[in-house]
Amino acid sequence: MPDAADIKARIEAAIPGARAEVEDWTGGGDHFRATVSAPAFAGLSRIQQHRLVYGVFGGEIGGPIHALSLTTISE
Amino acid sequence: MSEQQENPIRDAVTSAIAENEVILFMKGTPDTPACGFSARTVGILQSLGVPFAAVNVLPDPRIREELSAVSQWPTIPQLFVGGELIGGCDIVTEMFETGELAEVLGVDSPQEAPVTPAVAGGGTMQIENRVS
Repeated sequence: MPDAADIKARIEAAIPGARAEVEDWTGGGDHFRATVSAPAFAGLSRIQQHRLVYGVFGGEIGGPIHALSLTTISE
Repeated sequence: MSEQQENPIRDAVTSAIAENEVILFMKGTPDTPACGFSARTVGILQSLGVPFAAVNVLPDPRIREELSAVSQWPTIPQLFVGGELIGGCDIVTEMFETGELAEVLGVDSPQEAPVTPAVAGGGTMQIENRVS
């Protein structure tokens, strides 16, 4: 089961220059809330920014990671 | 299995998106949402006073699979306006707060905060307002 630190590390490893703050929303290891800022978001719509982050986890979203609530910040 | 095989569920999803100006794919129904994220999104749409079609994805897991394949978006709820994916609960909430959602929907921002309907514990799942 992923924890908040894993999720943070994976986002930061996958998206160049990204900084992520991740909390386990419910303490249950399946609902997370993340704020991600990255230069890679520049020029992308919100939808595209969120897709970039969701893309790090592929099929895990909706599976082991029931929910990943996102706020994205373009730098 | 050929790639040309019929896929009635995907066809129903794409038709529903094309034929309804505002459509929300959600867990549960507007009256009995089955997930907090769906409930919050319904509350926001209701506070804006826009009519919307709603499809409950829970009765058949294939609805969700086909929807995510069409939209390239992994989570539920998903709001579409004019055939375009607006986003899920996070984006809808953010756009509501900035007034962008009201703009996209062509309505005025409400004076009062949205009321999130209570999440139902279970019960019968039905598809409401769905264009067949």
